Amino acid sequence: MTAVRTGAVRTRGPARGVLARYPVLVALVIAALFMVLPFLVVAVNAVKSPAEYAENGPLSLPRGLYLDGIEDFWDRVDFGRKLVNSVLISGSVAVGAAVLSVLNAYAIGIGRIRGRTWVLAFFVLANMLPQEALVYPVYYLSKQAGLYDTRLSVIIVFTVIQAAFGTYLLASVLGRFPREIIEAARIDGANKWQVLWRIVVPVSRPTIGVLLVFFFIWTWNEFLLPLVMLISNDNQTVSVALGVLQGQRLMDATMTNAAALLGVLPAIVFFLVFQRTLTRGIAVGAVK
Amino acid sequence: MTVTVERGGRVVRKQHGSAPRPRRPRDSYLPFLLPGVLAFLAVVAVPFLMNTGVSFTDWQGVGAPKWSGLANYRELMDDAEFWASFRHSLFMVVAMAAIPTVLGLVLAAALFDFIGRHFGGRVASVLRACFYLPQVLPIAVAGIVWSWILAPDNGSLNELLKAVGLGSWQQDWLGDPDLALYSVMGVMVWVQLGFPLVVFMAGLQRVDPQLHEAAELDGAGWWRRFWHVTLPQIRPEIYVVLLWCTIAALKVFGAVYVLTKGGPGGATDVPSYFSFTTFFEKTQVGYGAAISTVLTVIILVLALAGLRFQTRAEDAEEGVRT
Repeated sequence: MTAVRTGAVRTRGPARGVLARYPVLVALVIAALFMVLPFLVVAVNAVKSPAEYAENGPLSLPRGLYLDGIEDFWDRVDFGRKLVNSVLISGSVAVGAAVLSVLNAYAIGIGRIRGRTWVLAFFVLANMLPQEALVYPVYYLSKQAGLYDTRLSVIIVFTVIQAAFGTYLLASVLGRFPREIIEAARIDGANKWQVLWRIVVPVSRPTIGVLLVFFFIWTWNEFLLPLVMLISNDNQTVSVALGVLQGQRLMDATMTNAAALLGVLPAIVFFLVFQRTLTRGIAVGAVK
Repeated sequence: MTVTVERGGRVVRKQHGSAPRPRRPRDSYLPFLLPGVLAFLAVVAVPFLMNTGVSFTDWQGVGAPKWSGLANYRELMDDAEFWASFRHSLFMVVAMAAIPTVLGLVLAAALFDFIGRHFGGRVASVLRACFYLPQVLPIAVAGIVWSWILAPDNGSLNELLKAVGLGSWQQDWLGDPDLALYSVMGVMVWVQLGFPLVVFMAGLQRVDPQLHEAAELDGAGWWRRFWHVTLPQIRPEIYVVLLWCTIAALKVFGAVYVLTKGGPGGATDVPSYFSFTTFFEKTQVGYGAAISTVLTVIILVLALAGLRFQTRAEDAEEGVRT
């Protein structure tokens, strides 16, 4: 890094470097502000009273904290319940899909079973299928099985769909797993289960962690299948509840903002908690 | 426990005894694949085949489907709504793959080589976080935020235009059939930008700084180095991003549902939304299945071509390395 910097200074001269630096920084900061601006506008307006909003419009700063709008909205849509549903569904899917991915990837990446390229291609294609091509049969079959409008149905479907991506990612990571370690364990008498749970899983913990976070957030954000499968108010997720409300166009401006803020907050919490995992994980996923 | 250990030991010893027999132990990993394969058959393969089958029938969702051969597909060919929805898909590919990739490249290079180098990695990662934030937001919530900002009366964008004296530029952003598609595209750029940016920034970390240094000493300016050094180095990331984003663009549903419901007058209808309404509002299940089958075929062809391309590029790269 230092070498690069001195190189730059030598060829360009310090004055030009400094002059060019700030406009670029300013341009990027403005661009970044533009990305965050919608969040700020929502936060500002969610704490305004309807009267204040009507009087001053969306651009003024709030005079004080008016939280009744948020509370009203929370009670009206039973937001606590939606949060519980979302956490339950996303959490179960994350764990279930991670387990399924580990099992698949162990057979493909370390077991190197015959025809593994085809098996892997099958999982990748399954992951790329548009959900529109599954949604009606899933809806129909779950009705037949008595699982329609249950959280379990959504958990099952997403566990499988997310595991497709997990298998793809983990199989390539495990394909490069140092074989000596496995050989050594086998010589010491460990069977395949023991190798998996005592060696492969602990060593791949960082990748599995990334998968858990991704699965959780992706499932949290899913829209089409939960929209179709979860019709009763008691089972809906945050995304579906907010999307349906918006679609009905029944909300006034302050209520919309309360809804948006309550929808944004969990996402921001995940983002802050998992920032590092997310950005590292995308890199892992993209390169292989 | 001892039993397993002994058994394991014996297996290993046996392997050593008859060395050239790698087949059997390989295939005994199959049980680990069993739950995954069964689950896939039940949740993905069977529904997918059912959907494809239904696309050759006339079915309202109740009673027995009536075989109609290719009638649904023939009808699709003459359906203006269908063609319009795919035309809008191309606009989505521009908004979700082309524009974010180009912008993401420039922003990633600027953040990585410029901000990171002159102002420290901290500033660069805070800025990166700002760009990435929309990606973690549920699309339904992003839709609520933007439909309120773009609202014709009292929407923030129109209010802002009025405040800076551009009142004549005010529009019904999502309600005007000529504008709605472009407004949705704008929102999708905002949603999607963070993904390429983050992938490209990670890719740039692989690039050997000496290459840049050498180019810089040879007198190449920033743009020339970006074009001749950075771009070729992160080509694998660019392919992956383009493929993933194109597929995401073809699948886009939630944003359209929440922002415009395909309207006004079908101006923002896309294949996934079109098939959704055909399934669940018009309950023409056979016809909806045909729409989604066409969409699936397009996506699978793209995905296969992309994966082939990627593995070939990887093989070529590995060939160079060894």
